[in-house]
Amino acid sequence: MTVVFKKTEGLTDTPFTYCPGCTHGIIHRLVAEVLEELDMLDRSVAIASVGCSVMSYEFFNCDAIQAAHGRAPAVATGVKRVRPDSIVFTYQGDGDLASIGSGEIVQAAHRGENITVIFVNNAIYGMTGGQMAPTTLPNQVTTTSPFGRDVTLSGEPIRMSELMATIPGAAYIERVMAADPVSVRKAKKAIKKAFEYQRDHKGFSMIEVLSSCNIGWGLSPVDSLKYIKNEMQSYYPLGVFKDKGAQE
Amino acid sequence: MKKVLMKGNEAIAQAAIAAGCEAFFGYPITPQNELIEYMSKYLAKNKGVFVQAESEIAAINMVYGAAGAGARVMTSSSSPGIALKQEGISYCAGAELPCLIVSISRGGPGLGGILPAQGDYNQATRGGGNGDYKVIVLAPNGVQEATEMVRKGFELAEKYRNPVMVMADGVIGQMMEPVMIDETPLPKIEKSWAATGQSRTRGSRNVINSLYLKPSQLEQHNFDLRDKYDVIEENEVMVEMFNMEDAEIAVVAYGTPSRIVKSAIEQLREEGVKVGLIRPKTLYPFPHKEIHEAAKNLKFLLSAELSMGQMVVDVKLAVNGLAPVHFYGRAGGMIFEPKEIIDAVRKHMGGE
Repeated sequence: MTVVFKKTEGLTDTPFTYCPGCTHGIIHRLVAEVLEELDMLDRSVAIASVGCSVMSYEFFNCDAIQAAHGRAPAVATGVKRVRPDSIVFTYQGDGDLASIGSGEIVQAAHRGENITVIFVNNAIYGMTGGQMAPTTLPNQVTTTSPFGRDVTLSGEPIRMSELMATIPGAAYIERVMAADPVSVRKAKKAIKKAFEYQRDHKGFSMIEVLSSCNIGWGLSPVDSLKYIKNEMQSYYPLGVFKDKGAQE
Repeated sequence: MKKVLMKGNEAIAQAAIAAGCEAFFGYPITPQNELIEYMSKYLAKNKGVFVQAESEIAAINMVYGAAGAGARVMTSSSSPGIALKQEGISYCAGAELPCLIVSISRGGPGLGGILPAQGDYNQATRGGGNGDYKVIVLAPNGVQEATEMVRKGFELAEKYRNPVMVMADGVIGQMMEPVMIDETPLPKIEKSWAATGQSRTRGSRNVINSLYLKPSQLEQHNFDLRDKYDVIEENEVMVEMFNMEDAEIAVVAYGTPSRIVKSAIEQLREEGVKVGLIRPKTLYPFPHKEIHEAAKNLKFLLSAELSMGQMVVDVKLAVNGLAPVHFYGRAGGMIFEPKEIIDAVRKHMGGE
């Protein structure tokens, strides 16, 4: 019998804790498949963050360290510096990376740490019940912006990929989305390239993946994917914002 | 080993390198700057990892990562910086990671000042991090002992898989003293739990974590930590008893102030006053039993600190009503002289 599809070795058998319809599961699979395809599972250390992906240390089938809220890039720095032959990646949401951890992510890139960052942006604090994040879209209703995000009071949403691309130490920054089969395949390509950069000692890479939170957004899973494609993508354009490899 | 004249901060750094410290993550703050500067130069020369972090918070989280990956690792800071590290110290304690934190303490609260003080006794022994945890706290009285406690600190951290703090007041960090540093590296400990990346070779995944969402599991974790602290309290207390054999009065002091107290005691002894010194070398575990036993023969105790009264609470708990416990303290970088201690002892001898 021919096997046409098989679950990647990069994921454990532990059932995901994500809500049905959420695209975290897809992004996990992409990362896991890449680790397996690049034969990195025996040298990888995953750094789990705080938020919906707090349990990701249970899902990635490799060594893992659970980090404090926002500190994953600092923890990754500690691991990578003492184990330079290992493959170290963080998996962080937008509350974790763009708010409480904005200092750590900027400085890890600034030092040019040879790590890979998977940044899952769903424009909301999902785990804690759908509060406003720095990435929440203008006028978007959340549990702490019940009348819609007022940009005169809360600022305009922060575009992390664009910001990170300005840092000299960053080697590869790309924004992708997980909204349909085509975009998912493109996302995997970007994630793979990011891990290849780390393997080839090219330095810091971050892949921002526009992701859904159908529960927090109050939309059906199908409408959430449309929301990524239309609302999210129009504010957060896809593309490569920095590629030191291409510049060479 | 040869005797050299070294500044405390540099001697502490050299002792750490000699003991086999593999990685240092720090952030500049007075009065510990010579420590991070020394590390940036000499740890790198010893093929170690040196990173100047963007903040104390990042530094302790780098320690958490490097310790989780199995390295012998440390950080250093001073009072406001140690305050920032509390989050990460709690995570290290929760995930049971061995690491060394050197605190060269200064006056507070807030930005306070940069001169020596002991207002961080509670910060060190109680901590500012969340949850039920303990940090082993070693308190040297000079440069030589500081180097020995750095070495001892790594040993205890790895023995118990627990954060250890060497808390030295700013005097020790800044003064020069003759010192002999033990240059023998500590043996490498097998860390089968470390997240090194090699899950396939090992045959199982290693996960460093302090999250337990099931209450019964978290309670069991708390029970296990408590059991570990019980063993530490039973076996690791260090205390110096000076002139205590026939003492009727005891002054309790730690760190460099204990040396000023010794001078006071010597003068009082010349005048026939039977007074001794109890010097806790471990602030956690605190020498409760030793002080309680001593108190049975004492008219009173005087806790002398460069604070407004922190260790005195532990002294009272240890004495448990057996004798009166008095307090004398200075703060803000002001350091008491022997005469002040003599006067304080005499005042309480007068029956006040």
